[in-house]
Amino acid sequence: MPSNEIIQGLGLDDYKFGFVTDSEPVFKTRPGLDADVVRQISARKDEPEWMLKRRLKALRIYDAKPMPQWGGDLSELEETLSRTYFYSKPQEQMERSWDDVPESIKLTFERLGIPEAERKILAGVGAQYDSEMVYHSLKEEWESKGVIFDSIEDGLKNHPELFRKHFGTVIPAADNKFAALNSAVWSGGSFVYIPPGVRLETPLQAYFRVNQERLGQFERTLIIAGEGSRAHYIEGCTAPVYSTDSFHSGVIEIVVNRDAHFRYTTIQNWSNNMYNLVTQRALVQQGAHMEWLDGNLGSKLTMKYPSCFLVGEGAHGEILSIAYAGDDQHQDTGGKVIHVAPNTTSSIVSKSISKGTGRASYRGLCKVYDGARNARSNVECDALLINETSRTDTFPYIEIDERSATVGHEATVSKVGDEQLFYLMSRGMDEAEAMALIVRGFIEPIAKELPLEYAVELNRLIELEMEGSVG
Amino acid sequence: MSDSPILAVKGLRAGVADEDLDILKGVDLALGPGEVHAIMGPNGSGKSTLAKVIAGHPGYEARGGSVEFGGEDLLEMEPDERARAGVFMAFQYPAEIPGVSIANFLRTALQSRLEDGEELDLFDFQELLMERMELLGMDASFAERHVNDGFSGGEKKRNEILQMAVLKPALAVMDETDSGLDIDALQVVARGVNALREENPEMSVLLITHYQRVLSHIVPDTVHVVVDGRIVESGGPEVALELEAQGYEEYRKAHAA
Ligand SMILES: Nc1ncnc2c1ncn2[C@@H]1O[C@H](COP(=O)(O)OP(=O)(O)OP(=O)(O)O)[C@@H](O)[C@H]1O
Ligand SMILES: [Mg+2]
Repeated sequence: MPSNEIIQGLGLDDYKFGFVTDSEPVFKTRPGLDADVVRQISARKDEPEWMLKRRLKALRIYDAKPMPQWGGDLSELEETLSRTYFYSKPQEQMERSWDDVPESIKLTFERLGIPEAERKILAGVGAQYDSEMVYHSLKEEWESKGVIFDSIEDGLKNHPELFRKHFGTVIPAADNKFAALNSAVWSGGSFVYIPPGVRLETPLQAYFRVNQERLGQFERTLIIAGEGSRAHYIEGCTAPVYSTDSFHSGVIEIVVNRDAHFRYTTIQNWSNNMYNLVTQRALVQQGAHMEWLDGNLGSKLTMKYPSCFLVGEGAHGEILSIAYAGDDQHQDTGGKVIHVAPNTTSSIVSKSISKGTGRASYRGLCKVYDGARNARSNVECDALLINETSRTDTFPYIEIDERSATVGHEATVSKVGDEQLFYLMSRGMDEAEAMALIVRGFIEPIAKELPLEYAVELNRLIELEMEGSVG
Repeated sequence: MSDSPILAVKGLRAGVADEDLDILKGVDLALGPGEVHAIMGPNGSGKSTLAKVIAGHPGYEARGGSVEFGGEDLLEMEPDERARAGVFMAFQYPAEIPGVSIANFLRTALQSRLEDGEELDLFDFQELLMERMELLGMDASFAERHVNDGFSGGEKKRNEILQMAVLKPALAVMDETDSGLDIDALQVVARGVNALREENPEMSVLLITHYQRVLSHIVPDTVHVVVDGRIVESGGPEVALELEAQGYEEYRKAHAA
């Protein structure tokens, strides 16, 4: 029996989400954004001058760029941003060990079921609470191998050259309006460096959680995978339900050096009033492999298109994406693959589910530059509609300037069929169970790639969601 | 005929939901515990419709008469309630469920039969599944295949029988489970059904078929002939033999007259 089937029967604690724990931030900026707020953030972090300058420049770019007119509906976002606190710091110091983590925060982790995972992977957990890491421990083995797994702030402090050399090179502030915003106000996130040739069996995991009403979450992650290294980074998030609009806009930059293999897995489940606009991109060098495994649930609007820039010969990029759009939610997700060098290969597999009045859009770009000889790319996007009111659409952009390139694109839309439902119900499952089983089957090709805890979590979420879809 | 029937169909009129035309035009049937009744009849005569109305397919509606199962009004129950009460239908054309393995599917089906808060023991399940597959001469790898996805006609039928063997129903309605099976597979299916009946002598079977062949393996107590939505003849196994020799022409004529 495949392992993820076994664990479905293990009866883990009920999945819990949608709660807020009391915890007073030690410091927080006033709502809204201007150069003063940016200066305060930088000063609070005790940053070098060059970083402050970068932030201020990014702010100018942000102010100058218009709101995107494509993708989802951003018309209410300006108003949301004016109410957003761009920085909040829950504790003065980074926590080093579990014992030092305050009780209220532990409670939050506990409610999220994190202690389950803690036993197994405690040493590898970096947890982000509000805007910063409060708890971060690093496996000794990794330290001995020279692996750096730090908060982004410590990355800047402790490894200034390495940091400065790569920061903003994969995603410059000018890339898009939200990358500019993040570059101006970023706070929290991870800094990871894997030295050449180092292979990590255990994934690097970062749990984080937004817990401050109207808190903008601008996490920034920078990862450098050295030549021939292998690693897997996992980030998961479950957000409490808010009463007012929230905003999350992360930037994740990954440099995958020659012959390295890197996988980045993330499952995000935001509360239904959250705008989630994330830029994540990997620069993939010669012979290197990059895989994005991206799961998006919840939020009011998510716009997220993990990208691979295949810049070295024979580089390979893969994007596996699951999106779930429930009532009043819009998931505008997909992936981008940019073939710059010869013999580069890529694949995008996207599975979306729309329920109720939910809308899932696939938006993808496949670009092959002139000279990327024999580049090959394949895109498959499948949409599953649960109700008559559910909606899906596809926006595949394909730009090919190289004659020897081969690009395939396949898209399917299916509905949960009456015959399927009846078949399962005639075996004793009620309608919600039947629906959940069909949905789980639909995402199985991607879900089977997930680490066990995440597969369990995803299955539970789907079950919960399907309970509300019947009637 | 035995004491009180497990399945009692009386004057059943039924058709496609939202369409006026009746497909079943008054069907009477009483199936005692442990009995096997065969239903034969020309294409389009309403055999599958009868099976689906018994199982509770939402696309069909009963407009007259009654269907009782173990004394309960089956027509009032949802399809999943019927299944949990012990009704099983082996489909003539089972649906495909991509991404869901047979093992996962059956585990979920068994779990759904338990009380809230009760968890199916995974190891017991695994044991049961393996034992049932062995009974039916199936390779263990079959359980890992996705339900009916890319299955051959014969594999789909075997899958139906495997489900029946795992779920152990009180009433099995088998809609042409013998069609499309090669000779060996037919024997396997027949052996499986007979083994289940031996295990549970109370299990009743409603066997829809076009062929006398299967009835020499699974011997019916009664054979019914359905023509144009009605049972036009009921008798012993000899009815099937006569049909094999003469076809439905006589019944059709008599019915048209
Ligand atoms: N969903 C449906 N929509 C329209 N007509 C239907 C539907 N289901 C059944 N019918 C019609 O009702 C009649 C009986 O169909 P049914 O499938 O019950 O026949 P059957 O006896 O099982 O035939 P076969 O031996 O070919 O399996 C046929 O004329 C069929 O076309
Ligand atoms: Mg039929």
